[in-house]
Amino acid sequence: MVKAATSVPPAGVIEGYRQVAPLVDRDGDAAVVDSTGVYFQQLNDTVRRLIDAGVRDVRITGVNGQRYIGAGLRAPGVRITVEGTAGNDLAMFADGVSIDVRGNAQDGVGNTMTGGTIAVHGDAGDVLGYGMRGGKVFVRGDVGYRVGIHMKAYEKHVPVLVCGGKARDFFGEYMAGGMLVLLGMNARDESQPIAGSFLGGGMHGGVIYVRGRVEPWQCGAEVGVAEAGEVHMAELRPVIEEYAAAIGMDADEILSVSLVRISPMSHRPYAKLYASM
Amino acid sequence: MQQTFVQPEFRVKIDYDKCHKCGRCVQQCGWGVYEFNERPIPHDEKCRACHRCVTYCPAHCITIEKNTLAFRDNDNWSVDARTSVWRQAETGGVLLTSMGNPKPYERIFDKLVLDACQVTNPSIDPLREPMELRTYLGRKPDAVSVIPDPEGGFMLAEDAGVSRNIKLDVPIIFAPMSYGSVSLNVHKSIAMATQRLGTMMNTGEGGMHEDLFPYQDNIILQVASGRFGLDPDVLGRAAVLEIKIGQGAKPGIGGHLPGEKIDRDVSATRMVPQGSDAISPAPHHDIYSIEDLRQLIYALKEATGYKPVGVKIAAVHNVAAIASGIVRAGADYIYLDGFRGGTGAAPQVIRDHIGIPVEIALAVVDQRLRDEGIRNQASIIAAGSIRSSADAAKAIALGADAVAIGTATLLALGCHLCQSCHTGKCSWGITTQKPELTRRIDPDWGAERLTNLVHAWSHELQEILGALGVNAVESLRGSRERLRAIGLDEQTCRVLGVKPAGL
Repeated sequence: MVKAATSVPPAGVIEGYRQVAPLVDRDGDAAVVDSTGVYFQQLNDTVRRLIDAGVRDVRITGVNGQRYIGAGLRAPGVRITVEGTAGNDLAMFADGVSIDVRGNAQDGVGNTMTGGTIAVHGDAGDVLGYGMRGGKVFVRGDVGYRVGIHMKAYEKHVPVLVCGGKARDFFGEYMAGGMLVLLGMNARDESQPIAGSFLGGGMHGGVIYVRGRVEPWQCGAEVGVAEAGEVHMAELRPVIEEYAAAIGMDADEILSVSLVRISPMSHRPYAKLYASM
Repeated sequence: MQQTFVQPEFRVKIDYDKCHKCGRCVQQCGWGVYEFNERPIPHDEKCRACHRCVTYCPAHCITIEKNTLAFRDNDNWSVDARTSVWRQAETGGVLLTSMGNPKPYERIFDKLVLDACQVTNPSIDPLREPMELRTYLGRKPDAVSVIPDPEGGFMLAEDAGVSRNIKLDVPIIFAPMSYGSVSLNVHKSIAMATQRLGTMMNTGEGGMHEDLFPYQDNIILQVASGRFGLDPDVLGRAAVLEIKIGQGAKPGIGGHLPGEKIDRDVSATRMVPQGSDAISPAPHHDIYSIEDLRQLIYALKEATGYKPVGVKIAAVHNVAAIASGIVRAGADYIYLDGFRGGTGAAPQVIRDHIGIPVEIALAVVDQRLRDEGIRNQASIIAAGSIRSSADAAKAIALGADAVAIGTATLLALGCHLCQSCHTGKCSWGITTQKPELTRRIDPDWGAERLTNLVHAWSHELQEILGALGVNAVESLRGSRERLRAIGLDEQTCRVLGVKPAGL
């Protein structure tokens, strides 16, 4: 049993969760944390303390919407398995942690993330990968609105986000760097288009690949759409292979259908908008 | 090329009888006004009246005059309005400008006066008696517990719910200005001054350069919609995190740091690609509600071991209700930025026509939080043209815990308010990334000037407090009874909670 931090308020019930430390079963450098009904502060505090104490493999069971799992963690080599539905801002600001979600994830997965690998074996919600500047996020199923907004790359940091299902509006809006991939394969709704409107709206860096094709109405005004060529497929293949291995799919099947490549027409979309006084 | 209708705003006059023909003006001018052909020849249309050449001319032979060109009088169509139309007809562009709103709106600070003790209460001489300027930013508990101290008195129980407050030795902090919009030497000057003064600086949204790490305990790191320069390392270093929702100079809009200002160092600090525009979206795309704001506040707290998190907003019409939501969302302080606050670049139409004065915002926010019984849950920082210690004192009397200074900070470093920061050619080396210009600011020199300025204002604040007969700045906070209005209408007085002089 791990002691709760002094910063945590006294035990009570908040938003339906109990403010008590979760039960922990530790075995060497592995630990199982039972989060059933436990408030996020006590849960995340326990996870951080376990990692600080040398645990490399944390399995969190009974997760039901607890927020901020893995937020701000800088723990290369640590693996967290989330069983249940991960709450908002999973792995926000994280750098280097590896998280496997056996279930769905809510909004804000990988928000402002610097590094690490997140695999969601279900669907994920809105603002997935917002402002992400490194690391990888893999989602098996559908994703929500405003996914990959303002992803950016610098120096050696190039974020990658692959969505196996379909996406809603504003996919890759303001994108400044990195790679977004949308496959449309594991979708819940066959009739839904692969992406909503404003795909790549305001995009000024990075690249978006979409399996199959996109219609002009789906795309933002600042992007160009072309068939992915040989050199692009060579760039894409290792990413898809890693995704397929993480999610349990067949890379060749994914790549059996051609993809389109969406890229910005300018790195300076607003250079001519202003007149200096 | 088509002839422009826009005539030069200034005339550069050189007294060639005195001129040494040394070329110093050519070298000093960042705008390229001077051409040298046996003697300096000015191109008036490039002059911004920043006085860099005037200041550094060894012969003192340069004067800058207003272009006195006559226009047919028209109160409705000011020369500015006519010039703007010509400029936009030529370019089709949104007019871009910098620094704070210069329009002649009513300046409420100038219509408020402070009280002083006469006869019935003794005033205090701060030169002889203790006068406390120290204050603490952050959530205060609803009640404090005390324990007996060894001398038979009482002292605060350990923690007492204020352990996470930020101690300020003076109620003046440095306002957010990002690396990218200002130079690294400006950031270093401010950082060194904060340590000498026991106060805080704010990185603005451009991240924290590694040269600032030695000053990290005095640094507020801003989290804005572009999410620039944030990773667990930097979040762990800063003492305080601040979510920037809005800016007084440009409420409700985002910003673009132009690609040409993003060199390798700025790129690495902001964690954005080199040479691309660094775009700050208008909203945070993970904040569409007060509940979402709460989510980000707690994300930052979770990621940093529960450091204080503030929220900066522009002063707008419903600011009191918004502030109430921000406090309930868990913010440790609210930063209110009035419509005269500065900027490194903003569309003129936004800067000059959106937002409300900080005096009004401050008064209504302080009152609303008191009425709701939550004033203790968050501190208030006021900014948006604090020009003097008098403005600071009046802001504190209207309800601020502390004030933030941005424009005054830059003025101390040489800024002459030429409103051209967005060009990136600042002759004073402040709002530029050009190495030949940025080296004009020596951080040691800058830190000394900023320390001087805040020391001077601090002495003046102590004198004001002494005159008011109080011995701590916290005794003045929200004490509107010590303010009177001269020449403000009844409605404004009511909104401010200030009586007219004589009552």
